[in-house]
Amino acid sequence: MADGGRGDYAIETRGLNLWYGDFQALFDVDLGVKQGIITSMIGPSGCGKTTLLRTCNRIIERLGYVRTTGSVTVLGNDIFGDDVELVQVRKKIGMVFQRPNPLPISIRENVLFGFRLHEARLRKITAAEEHEVLESSLRQVLLWDTVKDRLDKPATGLSLEEQQKLCIARLLPVKPEVLLMDEPCSALDPAGTEAVEEMIWRLRGEYTILVVTHNMAQARRASDECVFMLLGRIIEHGRTEEVFLAPECQETADYIEGRYG
Amino acid sequence: MFGATALNRRSYRSQAVAKAAFFLMTVALVIPVLIIVGTLVVKGGPAISWEFLFTPPTNNMTAGGILPALVGTIWLVVVALLASVPVGVAAALYLSEYAPDNILTRAINLAIINLAGVPSIVHALFGFGAFVLFFDMGASILAASLTLAVMTLPVVIVATRESLQAVPLAFREACWNMGATRWQTIRKVVLPNSISGILTGVILEVSRTAGETAPIMFTGAAAYVAFLPQGVFDQTMALSYHLYFIATQQTGVPEELTFGVALVLISIVLLMNAVSIGFRVYLRGLKKW
Repeated sequence: MADGGRGDYAIETRGLNLWYGDFQALFDVDLGVKQGIITSMIGPSGCGKTTLLRTCNRIIERLGYVRTTGSVTVLGNDIFGDDVELVQVRKKIGMVFQRPNPLPISIRENVLFGFRLHEARLRKITAAEEHEVLESSLRQVLLWDTVKDRLDKPATGLSLEEQQKLCIARLLPVKPEVLLMDEPCSALDPAGTEAVEEMIWRLRGEYTILVVTHNMAQARRASDECVFMLLGRIIEHGRTEEVFLAPECQETADYIEGRYG
Repeated sequence: MFGATALNRRSYRSQAVAKAAFFLMTVALVIPVLIIVGTLVVKGGPAISWEFLFTPPTNNMTAGGILPALVGTIWLVVVALLASVPVGVAAALYLSEYAPDNILTRAINLAIINLAGVPSIVHALFGFGAFVLFFDMGASILAASLTLAVMTLPVVIVATRESLQAVPLAFREACWNMGATRWQTIRKVVLPNSISGILTGVILEVSRTAGETAPIMFTGAAAYVAFLPQGVFDQTMALSYHLYFIATQQTGVPEELTFGVALVLISIVLLMNAVSIGFRVYLRGLKKW
């Protein structure tokens, strides 16, 4: 895909509508996610946060009965364009799920899975190169010291916190620019949540991160900007402290204060 | 204060009756199996020897062994597997991993279920018409095996599809999200994690194939063939058909011999099932989710 002009926005949607069959889940969503920062999306269940997130790398289409109108531009390129290759979209835009989903293979194989898939077919990869990729990816997610002695053990034997870090680590070798995270901490205990949050915070700057969360405190302490969604529409989008301290809309204020949700 | 009331006691009584009834039904289920296997072992056991297994029948099949039937059954099973496993696994992969959920797919699924319900004698007539006559294979191992393959295809497809669908969607999503295509996902994640179920299905198919009589009756089995099959275009003896023949069509066969054949046949089936179960347990132990 040709590189379009890159503005300040890593992800930009214009007039995005989305239907699951007859049910409209997103209404005229105009969102600009700024490059290199962490943007959180909050809102009550069923408000379309996850749908919007999953539209950004087109994984939503796997459902088959999804229809969209409007545009989504990622890194300056329309991801619904005719010449767009889904594999390339998914390489540039990594996704982390609610429940850690390491593949039932070793830690090493998990991290190198995508790398081998994409690089090994183009050229010969040396063992040294693989090791370097493995170590740097695991170091970035603060997991290297924990797992360096058991790289060939099954990844499913790790704790949930470690699994979630691993799931982030395995995205990095294919050099994504955007990381989409769907409630990455909701399956973790408080200590795990803190550790993963801290790790995500360290990835800030290098990657553009869009994270869906149900945890208001998490959005507040671990994001630069915050998007509040309600019933498929974006109600408010601003700097996190402003959204929390001085929300512009009554709905946002009510939600943040816990009057519904 | 916490003592039993009359209502409590009544609930306990009906609960005890229900438990006893279910237990009796379970016992009733096991008894026929024990009787069948017991009778076969008692009556057929004395006939079993290396000589019985490895020599051909003699004296109009009233004496001697079962070698040609044993070898014939192996031929039939192997050729049937070679035909049905690739087709069945490929079809299951398509249905489970690629096919959209639409009317056509549902119709295909319905057809598979119905195919599983077709009586084996109907398969036999179909095989006779299609393979023996129309494709001009004659009565041969090939025609009989293809008939068996058609009959067991639904088993392979259903078993394969079920084990494919037992692989969590999260694994597939993980792969897709790293930019893997469907085929890469299948090859690297779905198949390695479902192979145990698929193999179990295949082994169960083997045991069913080995025991079927009707489908091979018109298509390739013969009451007596003096030589071992040399290729797929030969007619052959088979254990199941041999048993049918000496039990109902031939006079003067000692009871011990008939039961001996039955014992060998059921041993093969049970052995296959045991292998299948053992295999499944072993592979499940390797799985880590």
